[in-house]
Amino acid sequence: MATIVAEATGQAILHEEHEQSFLRKYIFSTDHKVIAIQFLIYTLFFLMIGGLLAMLMRYQIAWPARGQLPLGGIFPESMVASGYILPEFYNALVTMHGSVMVFLAIMPMLVGVWANYLIPLQLGTHDMAFPRLNMLSFWLMVPAGILTLASFFVIGGAAGAGWTLYAPLSARPDLSGVGLGQIMWLAALVFIGLSSILGSVNYITTTINLRAPGMTWMRMPLTIWSLFITAILALLAMPVLSAAGIMLVFDQTIGTSFFLPEGGGQPLLWQHLFWFFGHPEVYILILPAMGFTSEILSAGSRKPVFGYKAMVLALVSIAFLGFIVWGHHMFQSGMNPMLGLTFTVSTLFIAVPSAIKTFNWMGTMWRGNLQLHTAMLFAIGFVAMFAIGGLSGVFMASTPVDIYIHDTYFIVAHIHYVLFGGSLFALFGAIYFWYPKMFGRMMDETMGKIHFWLTFVFFNLVFFPMHGVGMVGMMRRIYDSTGYAHLQGIEDSNALITWAAFGLFASGFLFAFNFFWSLKKGRKAEANPWNATTLEWQTPSPPKHGNWEEVPVVYHGPHEYSHPDVEDKDWLAQNERPDVVSPAAGSH
Amino acid sequence: MDWALPPNYSTFGVVIDQLFWIILVITGIAFLLVEGGILWFCIKYRGREGAKAHYTHGSNRMEIIWTVIPAIIIAILGAYSALVWDDIKGSSNRPADALEFLVVGKQFEWNITYPGMDRTLGTEDDFTVRNQFHFPVNEDVTILLESEDVIHSFFIPELRVKQDAVPGMTIPVWFDATQTGNFEIACAELCGLGHYYMMASVTVHSAADFDAWQASQAPAAAQ
Amino acid sequence: MAYAATAGRVPERGLDVYTQKVGMWVFLCSEVMFFAGLIGSYVVLRFGAADTWAEPGAVLNVRVTAFNTFLLICSSVTMVKAFAAAQAGDQRGIQIYLLGTTILGATFLGVQVYEYTELVLHQSWQGSHGFTPAAGLYGATFFTMTGFHGFHVLLGVICLAWATIRAWRGHWGADNTHGIEVLGLYWHFVDLVWIILFTIVYLI
Ligand code: HEM
Ligand SMILES: [Cu+2]
Ligand SMILES: [Cu+2]
Repeated sequence: MATIVAEATGQAILHEEHEQSFLRKYIFSTDHKVIAIQFLIYTLFFLMIGGLLAMLMRYQIAWPARGQLPLGGIFPESMVASGYILPEFYNALVTMHGSVMVFLAIMPMLVGVWANYLIPLQLGTHDMAFPRLNMLSFWLMVPAGILTLASFFVIGGAAGAGWTLYAPLSARPDLSGVGLGQIMWLAALVFIGLSSILGSVNYITTTINLRAPGMTWMRMPLTIWSLFITAILALLAMPVLSAAGIMLVFDQTIGTSFFLPEGGGQPLLWQHLFWFFGHPEVYILILPAMGFTSEILSAGSRKPVFGYKAMVLALVSIAFLGFIVWGHHMFQSGMNPMLGLTFTVSTLFIAVPSAIKTFNWMGTMWRGNLQLHTAMLFAIGFVAMFAIGGLSGVFMASTPVDIYIHDTYFIVAHIHYVLFGGSLFALFGAIYFWYPKMFGRMMDETMGKIHFWLTFVFFNLVFFPMHGVGMVGMMRRIYDSTGYAHLQGIEDSNALITWAAFGLFASGFLFAFNFFWSLKKGRKAEANPWNATTLEWQTPSPPKHGNWEEVPVVYHGPHEYSHPDVEDKDWLAQNERPDVVSPAAGSH
Repeated sequence: MDWALPPNYSTFGVVIDQLFWIILVITGIAFLLVEGGILWFCIKYRGREGAKAHYTHGSNRMEIIWTVIPAIIIAILGAYSALVWDDIKGSSNRPADALEFLVVGKQFEWNITYPGMDRTLGTEDDFTVRNQFHFPVNEDVTILLESEDVIHSFFIPELRVKQDAVPGMTIPVWFDATQTGNFEIACAELCGLGHYYMMASVTVHSAADFDAWQASQAPAAAQ
Repeated sequence: MAYAATAGRVPERGLDVYTQKVGMWVFLCSEVMFFAGLIGSYVVLRFGAADTWAEPGAVLNVRVTAFNTFLLICSSVTMVKAFAAAQAGDQRGIQIYLLGTTILGATFLGVQVYEYTELVLHQSWQGSHGFTPAAGLYGATFFTMTGFHGFHVLLGVICLAWATIRAWRGHWGADNTHGIEVLGLYWHFVDLVWIILFTIVYLI
C-alpha cells in the first residue's frame, strides 16, 4: 500500500504544470492525451489511404475492360498502363487495402487513440503507468507507416499476397513477382507488433494498478473493460504474428523453408500461425467498438447499460474462446476435416456472447429517453450493422455452407459488415462523442447527421449487394470476373457497388471537413456536454496536463442515468459524493 | 440483378443448398426482429422534453432467455452441419470404388491426369490434359488434388465443390454429378498475377460419352 | 441497487504490487507467446519431417552448450544475490553481483558466437560444407530459436551493464530495489527459456 501512495504522489509531482518546449509538448510528448491525438491524426490519414486503394479496386472490378482510369496518368507505368490498372497492381491494392485498414487505420484507431485517451481519464489517474513507453508505442508506428507507403514504389511493387500473406506465395518472389515490397510490409508488421505490445503492457498495467480510489472492477465503464480485454488479446496474439512474420522473412531472404514444401516446410503451418493471431485480431478490431457503443447508447438513452455484468462476462468469454476458434478460417484449406468439426463447435460457442451483447444493447434502448445526436446515431447504426455481420457469420460457421461461400464476395460482405458497419461506425460515434473532451469544441451536428445518413445509406448499398454477388459465386481478390460463365449477369451489381463506394468515400470528406472546421469554429464545449456519468466528463474540456487537480474518489457504478432518487437531474457522476447529491438516497 | 446460387448439379449440393436456405430463414427472422426492434425503439422512445427513462440495470430472466434461445438454435444448426460435413468430407465416407483423377494446379492452369480406359491411375494408359476436366455423370468421382507451386483453390460452383490445393499435400475430394453439362473450374485462392484467369472447362458426360472421349484422347496423349 | 449503498466502501486500489513489476509480468506474458510461437512451429515441423533432423550431438556441440547453460544458470543465481544485496543495502554486494551477472551473460553470448562460427565454417551438413540457417528445417529452426534467445540475452546484458554502472554510482540501495528486481524477472525468464530450448534443441 505504501508504495502505491508514494507512486501517486510521485506522479502528481511529475505532472505539475511546467513550461515545456513545443517539441516536448506536441511531438515527443508523454501526455497520454497528446499521444491519443497523434494516433488520431495518423489513423485518419491511413483510413483515407486505405479508402483510396479501395476506390481504385472498385473501378477495376466494375469496368475491367474500360481502362481510362481517371488521373491514371499520375501512376507509374508499373501500376497503371495507358489507363488500365495492371493485375500486379490490383493484387497490391487488395493486399494493402486490407493491411492498411486493419493494421494502420482501424486497430490503432480503436486502441492507440481511445485506450490512450480514455483509460487514464475514465479510471481517474494522471497518466499511463509508463508514459515514455507510451510515446514509444506511437513513434514505432511512424516507421511502419513510412515502410508501407514506400513499398508501393520499390521494384516489384507493394505486397501482393493478400493481407493474410499465405505462403508460399508470400514467401517466393519468383512466384509472386513481389520481393522487397513484401519484406517491407513484414518489417512494418514487426514495428506494429512491437508498438501494440508495448501499448498493451501499458493499458493492462494501468488498469490493474492505477484505478482511482473506489473504482472497483465492477464499477469500470464498459469501454475500459473492452479495452482491457482487447489489450490482453493483443498482448498474447501479436507476438505470435511477429514470430511467424520473422520466419516468413527468413524464408524469403536467407533460404530457410519453414513454409516451403520443397525444404520440408508446411504451408499450412503459416495459416495456423496467422489465424491463431488472426482470430483474436478480429476481436481486437471489434471489442473496443462494443465498449464505445455500450457507453454512448447508455448516455444517449439516459439509462444504465442493460445487463452490465452479462456484458462483462460476454467480453471475458469472447477473449477466452477467441484463442481456440482460429481453424474456422481454414475449413477448406486442406486441414483435416475432423479437426474442422472441433473448430465448428468452438465457433458456435463464440457466437452466443455476440448475440447476448446485441440483445443487451437493445435492452439499453428499451424504455429509454433517446437523444438521437450524431454519436448516438452511429452507436445505433453499429448495433444494426453488427447484427447483420454476425448473422452472415452463421452461414460461414456452418461448414457445409462454407464450402460454397468461402473465398467469395459473401466473405467480403461479412468482413465489412463487422469492420466497417461495426468498428468504423462505432469509431465515428466515439469521435463525435469524445471530440468535445479532446478539443474543447463540439463537432457540428447538422454536418454530423448528414454524414451519418450518407454513410449509412451508401454503406449498405456497397456491401449488401456483395452478399448477392457472393451467392452467385464471385471469388474474392479477383481482378476481372467477366471471363467466367457463372459470373455473367452481375455486372450491374458491381457497377452499383462501385458507384455507391464512390459516394461512401466522398462522404468521408464531409466528416474530415467537419472535424477540422470544428477545431476552430465549433461551438465551445462545456465540461460535460452529454450529461454523462463517467469520470472523464467531470474534468474540464480539454483536461489539463495531469488530468486532475485532485484524484477523484469513485462512489457509483459507471452508468447511473435516471436514478429515481436523484430528483433534479437524470444522471449521477461516478465521483459525486452521495451525501451531497440527495438526502433521500439513503433510503434504498 | 440476379442474386441467386447457381443451379446445382451435384448430390452434395442438394444438402448444402438446403442448409443455406434453412440458415437464411432463421437469420432472416432474427434480422427482422433485431432491425425491427431497433427501429421501433428509435421511434417509440425518442427523446422528449421532461421525459425520464425507465431505471433498470437489467433482468436476469431476460439474460437467460436470450442466452439460451440462440444457444439452442445454434447448437441444433451446428449438430446438423456437423453431420452433413461428415457426410461430405469425412474420410470414412470416401467412396471406395470411385473413378479417380489427378488434378494439379500450377500458375495459372489446371492439369488433369485421366485414369484411361482401365479406370485406374498410375498405369500406362494415363494421360494428362491441360485445362479440361471431363468426367461421367451419376458416378462417384474422386480427384486427388495437388499443387506444384503456391496454394490454389479448386472451385466448381455448380457442383458446390471447393478445396484448396496445397503444395506438398495430396488432398482427396469427391463428388457425384447428377446431370450432364458444361461448367468451369475457377481458382478461388489468390495465387498470383494470373489468378483471375486460372480457369478450366468442365464437361460432365454420360458414361458412354465419357468412354468415347477418353478413347479419343488416349492415342493423342500416347504419342 | 441504490447508489448510496455502495458509498463509503473501502476504496480499492490495484494489486499490492508496484507498477513496474506488474508491467514486467505483463510483458513477459507476451514474451511467452513469442517463444511459444517459435517452439510450437518447431514441434510441428519436426513431427512433419523428422528425417531431416540429425541425432542429438551429431551436428551440435552439446558439451560446449551444456557449459554455456551452466553459465546462464549461475548468472540467475548471482542475479538473485544482487537483489538480496540491494534489499540489505549492501553496496559492495550489489556491485559485485551485478557485475558478475553481466559478465556471465556476456560470456554466454561469446560462447554462442563461437558456436555459430564453428557451425557455419567448420561443420558439415548432409554432405555439404557449413551448417547454416539454410541447412534444412534443422538449421532453420536451430538458428531462429537460439538466435532470438541470444538476442534477448543481448538486451539483458545491455540493461545489466547499465545497472552495473549505476551500482558503482551508488544508485541502488535498500530504498531503491525495484529496478534490480524487475530486471531480475526478465533475466530469470530468459534463463528459463534457455533451459527449455537446450532440452528440445540439443538433447532430444
Ligand atoms: C471505403 C469503403 C470500403 C470499400 C469500398 C472496400 C472495398 C473492399 C474490396 C473491394 C475488397 C476486396 C475484395 C476481394 O477481392 O477480396 C476489400 C477487402 C478488404 N477490406 Fe475493404 N473496403 C472498404 C473499407 C474497409 C474498412 C473500413 C476495413 C476495416 C478493417 C476494410 C477491411 C478489408 C479487409 C480486411 C479486406 C480483405 C483484404 C484481403 O482479402 O486481403 N475495408 N474491401
Ligand atoms: Cu475468425
Ligand atoms: Cu488462383
